[in-house]
Amino acid sequence: MGFLDIKKATKSYGSLQVLHETDISVEEGEFLVLVGPSGCGKSTLLNMIAGLEDITSGEIAIRGRSMNGVKPADRNIAMVFQSYALYPNMTVAGNISFGMEMHGIPKPERQKRIDQVADLLQISHLLDRKPGQLSGGQRQRVAMGRALVREPDVFLFDEPLSNLDAKLRVDMRTEIKKLHQKLGTTIVYVTHDQIEALTLSTRIAVMYGGYVQQLGTPKEIYDNPANMFVAGFMGSPSMNLFPAKVVSLDGRPAAEIALADGKSAAVPFAGETLASSVGRDIVLGIRPEAITDKDGADRNSNAVHMVEAPVEVTEPAGSDTFVVSQIGGKDVTGRFRADVNVRAGDVFPFAFNMEKAVAFDPQTENRIA
Amino acid sequence: MVTVTSSRSFSPGRFVLYALLALFCIYYLLPLYVMLVNSLKPLSEITAGGMMALPKDWTLAPWLSAWSSAQVGVEATGLKPYFLNSIIMVVPAVALSTLVGALNGYVLTKWTFRGATIVFGLLLFGCFIPFQMVLIPMARMLGLMGLAGSVTGLIFVHFVYGIGFSTLYFRNYYAAFPTELVRAAQIDGAGFFRIFWRILLPSSGPIAVVCIIWQFTNIWNDFLFGASFSDFSSQPMTVALNNLVQSSTGVKEYNVHFAGAIMAALPTLLVYIVAGRYFVRGLMAGSVKG
Amino acid sequence: MSISETANPRGSVADRLRDALPKLVLSPTVAIVAIFVYGFILFTLYLSFTDSRILPTFGLVGFENYDKLFRLRAWDTAVSNLVIFGVLYIAICCVLGLLLAILLDQRIRAEGFIRTIYLYPMALSFIVTGVAWKWFLDPGIGIEAVVQGWGWTDFKFNWIKDREMAIYTIVIAAVWQTSGFVMAMFLAGLRGIDSEMMKAAQIDGASTFALYRRIIIPQLRPAFMSAFVVLAHMAIKSYDLVIALTGGGPGTSTELPATFMYSYTFTRNQMGIGAASAVIMLMTIAAIIVPYLWSELREKK
Ligand SMILES: Nc1ncnc2c1ncn2[C@@H]1O[C@H](COP(=O)(O)OP(=O)(O)O)[C@@H](O)[C@H]1O
Ligand SMILES: [Mg+2]
Repeated sequence: MGFLDIKKATKSYGSLQVLHETDISVEEGEFLVLVGPSGCGKSTLLNMIAGLEDITSGEIAIRGRSMNGVKPADRNIAMVFQSYALYPNMTVAGNISFGMEMHGIPKPERQKRIDQVADLLQISHLLDRKPGQLSGGQRQRVAMGRALVREPDVFLFDEPLSNLDAKLRVDMRTEIKKLHQKLGTTIVYVTHDQIEALTLSTRIAVMYGGYVQQLGTPKEIYDNPANMFVAGFMGSPSMNLFPAKVVSLDGRPAAEIALADGKSAAVPFAGETLASSVGRDIVLGIRPEAITDKDGADRNSNAVHMVEAPVEVTEPAGSDTFVVSQIGGKDVTGRFRADVNVRAGDVFPFAFNMEKAVAFDPQTENRIA
Repeated sequence: MVTVTSSRSFSPGRFVLYALLALFCIYYLLPLYVMLVNSLKPLSEITAGGMMALPKDWTLAPWLSAWSSAQVGVEATGLKPYFLNSIIMVVPAVALSTLVGALNGYVLTKWTFRGATIVFGLLLFGCFIPFQMVLIPMARMLGLMGLAGSVTGLIFVHFVYGIGFSTLYFRNYYAAFPTELVRAAQIDGAGFFRIFWRILLPSSGPIAVVCIIWQFTNIWNDFLFGASFSDFSSQPMTVALNNLVQSSTGVKEYNVHFAGAIMAALPTLLVYIVAGRYFVRGLMAGSVKG
Repeated sequence: MSISETANPRGSVADRLRDALPKLVLSPTVAIVAIFVYGFILFTLYLSFTDSRILPTFGLVGFENYDKLFRLRAWDTAVSNLVIFGVLYIAICCVLGLLLAILLDQRIRAEGFIRTIYLYPMALSFIVTGVAWKWFLDPGIGIEAVVQGWGWTDFKFNWIKDREMAIYTIVIAAVWQTSGFVMAMFLAGLRGIDSEMMKAAQIDGASTFALYRRIIIPQLRPAFMSAFVVLAHMAIKSYDLVIALTGGGPGTSTELPATFMYSYTFTRNQMGIGAASAVIMLMTIAAIIVPYLWSELREKK
């Protein structure tokens, strides 16, 4: 039993099921990120934790106590909204203290906590202003202050950074992470931005179509995606996914891939998992940073294999050059060092680090190796 | 008035445009001008064919007469008691229907339930029915409630049939009010009424003004209910004005009629001039989104 | 933080009350509307099938009242007057309103001031409007007398006393009162049109006339719809203005269904027929309003 338990929770609007049976257990102090494309049910799940939406079936418990039917205000949670949801008619101080006032906390205590939080977030000079007189970043801080001051068991964030411009977003991201490290509170954080998910979280739940596709640490999610959706959604540029066939090469399993010049190549897998699957069609997944030029390949890897393939496009990006070739009819991107001399039309040796390769079943799209 | 200024700074097209606009200004202002000037001249000047002329002999006598001594129906009380009736009627009716409309709008947008749209649709249709449909049963109902022929009865009727429009206004306004704010307040521990008082109501100024002006204008200007459900002591201003003008005894005192008409128009006109911008916005948001 | 330690919080009375509160708040309104709108509609509908005269009675007579109603000369007059009045009123208000809106949309100096002047009649009671126009159109002292006084001694303008023409005076006064309002609706529509698209049309070489005819006016369809619905329903409900301006006369030449209903019900003691006429009015309005509300509420979903 964890600190926050989501047990077999589902949500339907009439006959439309927007959240399928979901089980997540969050430990105290964890930073769980719910990530997925728009409409996948992230906010719905978060609102169910907050008590803003009823649970159709299943249970949500905090500290072992069932929250079903408990008012949002009595769950000892705090929430930061995408639009910040600051009360326009109250000052910053009024916004921060409103929740405490509703819970009957005496005025001197309220004042003390407002000051502490304002200090922590560096918004002391803004306390007398109305939300309309603040910049986006300042509103964001006030919204966080309003949540922090409650000293809740669980913080809920619903896309808190998506209304900020790019630069501010990165700054605030760092700041949220620092705050988490400092306060050690439990956080459930919703975003559609996979970079935010990877940088902030201690664990990630990748959601799609009302299902949790995979739940794991950022490293697990990144290195061992459970299925093709997770593989494609997490990471930028995203993982290369292209068709291949399992063949036997010197008694070991290898992936046979079709190159653009009509030739084919067989690249041995690092492990033996697919030894019994010779002849099977698969989708091979390999991230751009695992396809490099020869000298750029990972020296610690025991499974770097060279493939001569025609280069279709090169995309210099400053520190790296992305090199695109066609494999199995798909664009496959490799990440080369910037000073490699490669031009479109060349046939060039690509280094595949097969330790980082994963394989999916083309029908079920689940990972098989 | 069309001021024939030098059109050098204007293109001919602009000149025609402004001339047209001015012409229409005259059209809309003419009846007001007629009422005003004729309420300030002796009757003889009007009957002598001088309706369009300014008074030769300025006088306030028609105003005084219309206010306190003119024959309205059977009594020579002037319009004063009826003006007061209208005030006593309009204030509570407006306040009540606005308050209830605000609460309804709040429920229908922030606490929706299955069937809320149907409830709203039925409410809205009620705004548009011909009130001839309810005259007979309402007369009976007021009798049963002991409110027949009283100002209280009129307040009740206007309150009942005012709810639809005020709900419409507040619903449309609150629909655009961010629901996240309500959720944040819920998490902060505020309940149904607290959220309404502390979060929504403080931001409802503009729509409250619109709704109050709308209700005030409609209720003040109502004639049908006033004529149907009041007796001599409880008549509102519009009914009394009509009685004053239609009374067939004696000479027709046109100047007094005009003075009375302006009196009846003055409250709504003042409201319109003072808060006209909101009024316009209100008319747009009302039954009608353009 | 105080957390109530109830095992099953759903069950408690206070919580159930809390959940029901929004509906509780709405329920008086629902009750009021159910009784005073729909209950009363049913009551009047029922009366229209009874032999009610001075007071409501409950002897059913089938469609007799409707039968009588449709054979009454006075109802015929009222309906044909409504057709004349309604068509002219709606058409003139729309044309005038659109014209004024377009004129005002030409970046006019003092636009707000002019708009206020065009719109103020809307704030007046129809009774006030009726009184003003009644005497202004009166041949004895009004416009006819004035123009004759200016020297055109054979100038005639006595429509208000003329059985054939009196209905048009109602149109004149009603248009005066409402056209500014229609102008405001169209102006709002004009202001809602994407200005970048107008710029694009200008770059495409559209003349001002073409711009309005081809691009702008077609986009005012929703405003036309709203204006039509509002005007039509006002026309059908028109009562005060007729009472104040002509009293239904001369004779019965300016009676409308609304005045017909009132006089049959309350002065001629033919409540059954009066109720039947009210039902016809309701059905006419419903035929216009219901589809409109339907589409509006649908869209909002
Ligand atoms: N009140 C509602 N009624 C019906 N469907 C809804 C409602 N609220 C959300 N949905 C649907 O639920 C799905 C998940 O929504 P949401 O959780 O808001 O997605 P997101 O992951 O973008 O936050 C969406 O497909 C949305 O259309
Ligand atoms: Mg969302």
